[in-house]
Amino acid sequence: MAAKITVHGLTMSYGPTVVMHDLEFEVQDKDIFVIMGGSGCGKSTLLRHLIGLEEPAKGSILYGDKYFTATDPTERGDFIRRFGVMYQSGALWSSLTLGENIAMPIEEAGQLPAHTVRDLVAYKLALVGLSGYEDFYPAQISGGMKKRAGIARAMALDPDILFLDEPGAGLDPLSARRLDDLIRQLRDSLGSTIVIVTHELASIFNIATTALFLDSATKTQGAVGNPNDLRDHSDNPAVRLFLNRGEAPQTKS
Amino acid sequence: MTSVDTHSPRAIWQKDGEAWTLELAGDWRRDGAPVEVTGNAPKSAATRYKTDALSSFDSTLPAFVFALLRSIPAEKLKAPSLEGLPESLRGLLTLALAVPEEHGPPALASPASAIAKLGDIAQKTWGSMIGVIHFVGETSQSLARFITHRARFRSSDFWMVVQECGVEALPIVTLISFLIGLILAFVGNVQLANFGASIFVADLVGIAMVREMGVVMTAIIMSGRTGAAFAAHIGSMKANEEIDALRTFGFDPFDFLVLPRLIALVLMMPVLTIFSNAIGILGGMMVGSFVGIPPVLYWNETLTSVDLTNSSLGVIKSVFFGATIAISGCMQGMQAGKSSAAVGEATTKAVVAAITSIIVLDSAFAAIFTLLDI
Repeated sequence: MAAKITVHGLTMSYGPTVVMHDLEFEVQDKDIFVIMGGSGCGKSTLLRHLIGLEEPAKGSILYGDKYFTATDPTERGDFIRRFGVMYQSGALWSSLTLGENIAMPIEEAGQLPAHTVRDLVAYKLALVGLSGYEDFYPAQISGGMKKRAGIARAMALDPDILFLDEPGAGLDPLSARRLDDLIRQLRDSLGSTIVIVTHELASIFNIATTALFLDSATKTQGAVGNPNDLRDHSDNPAVRLFLNRGEAPQTKS
Repeated sequence: MTSVDTHSPRAIWQKDGEAWTLELAGDWRRDGAPVEVTGNAPKSAATRYKTDALSSFDSTLPAFVFALLRSIPAEKLKAPSLEGLPESLRGLLTLALAVPEEHGPPALASPASAIAKLGDIAQKTWGSMIGVIHFVGETSQSLARFITHRARFRSSDFWMVVQECGVEALPIVTLISFLIGLILAFVGNVQLANFGASIFVADLVGIAMVREMGVVMTAIIMSGRTGAAFAAHIGSMKANEEIDALRTFGFDPFDFLVLPRLIALVLMMPVLTIFSNAIGILGGMMVGSFVGIPPVLYWNETLTSVDLTNSSLGVIKSVFFGATIAISGCMQGMQAGKSSAAVGEATTKAVVAAITSIIVLDSAFAAIFTLLDI
């Protein structure tokens, strides 16, 4: 069976500026796949390519055995319906309450009785620890809460693939830990594949099954593999340095 | 059992002595059939669950169980039993139940009677009037600091605004003024030709443009164009906490944001108005040449009626209109709420307030000029 996501020879650029070139990796079914790297190395850009907000300069992205990048952007509905995306600062619709933010995609996806929608919304909000916040407007809650509400909205339709852009950044350690638990639970119970952009080391070691390191010095991928293996045994010193928080990395054994 | 039955989602309550069992069965899918609940639901949570006949489920199942558990008062529900549920569901429900429910935002109590509503409106109106006075006061203070050379803003910001509300507004001002001149001349000619007095079209267009139409049309264009831009820019700066950042670095937001916009618009409005007047007269002249008034004759006739007094009236008004547009734009921006919806609201308010006060001010000027007999 083909991998869930296959990225082949992907080069990303903004105009003439190449962000990353020749990315080559696969995301397996039910993976928790972490995209990591220093600030500004193109992690979020890679995510935007994966969900089709940016077009690659070269290379291709496949979901299963279907070419995503070769499909015309107007005909990507079948792909996009399987995605759930959480943006860096939540990107909640500010004129809607949290409840309406989550209910909108659910109502749009199909005819459901109002009480079912209400139950679903209450449950999704409770999952991210925001039980009872249905009637708050995004402007009335804190940044961390917006982020969690963004995750609840991303999960609204039980997506097959969940993309999270820096979910843990700006959360207190306990909330971040809860979030890690939530992500793992989602993967286990719903069988979602999860792609996360993050540079929170604790979270990377805690949940990632596979990690991709983007090296900003060489502008290509540094390594891909299990983060614990990469920390101690990666061929690439930059990867070991990153995963050891810059402390003298253990020599390759 | 028919095959339809095995697939539709079902929840069956069964009493077993003191214990309640909730049997969950079928396919729990968002796009599937609605849930059938059978049996009398108890007032407490189920003591155990039976899921042997459960085939597949998405979030609707945990949402259903969660809603059941949350419908029970929290003090009765210390540690609900999740016995019998699949492992993955137990994990999700434990997670969902971990944080207690928050009880709604402070409810916005709607006033009970019509009198209370009226009072509410009056208070709001009074509040916004205080807001205007406060803002104008702050702006005057800021202006005083500018005159005494104590206000700080970047001159590049100022020139940017000058360009934005000066040169970049020329195309639209040209188009509108030309058409206004054209329309005035057409309408005037239809009437004046009856008396064989077509030549007075030049006087009509000239006086109407320089006294009223030039300045009012320019002001309306500028409130839609520049006033809205001021409100949107300052409003989104506020939503992004950029204004707070200015304050903490010791910059007065009034000096830094309002002052350059106010000065630039007050300087540019007279220039645009003079330009608009000239273009309007040109438009009239074009119609004139169509109906048989040679341009030279038209020009000479215009000069006999449009003197310095007449044409300075529009220019004087333009200064006040410019200040009004800048103040209402900046004020709505500064008083905007902290969301993108609030920015849109502020922009609307800025344009409506600017246009309304321009028309009101213009009527006041008309009354004053009539009294002074100019």
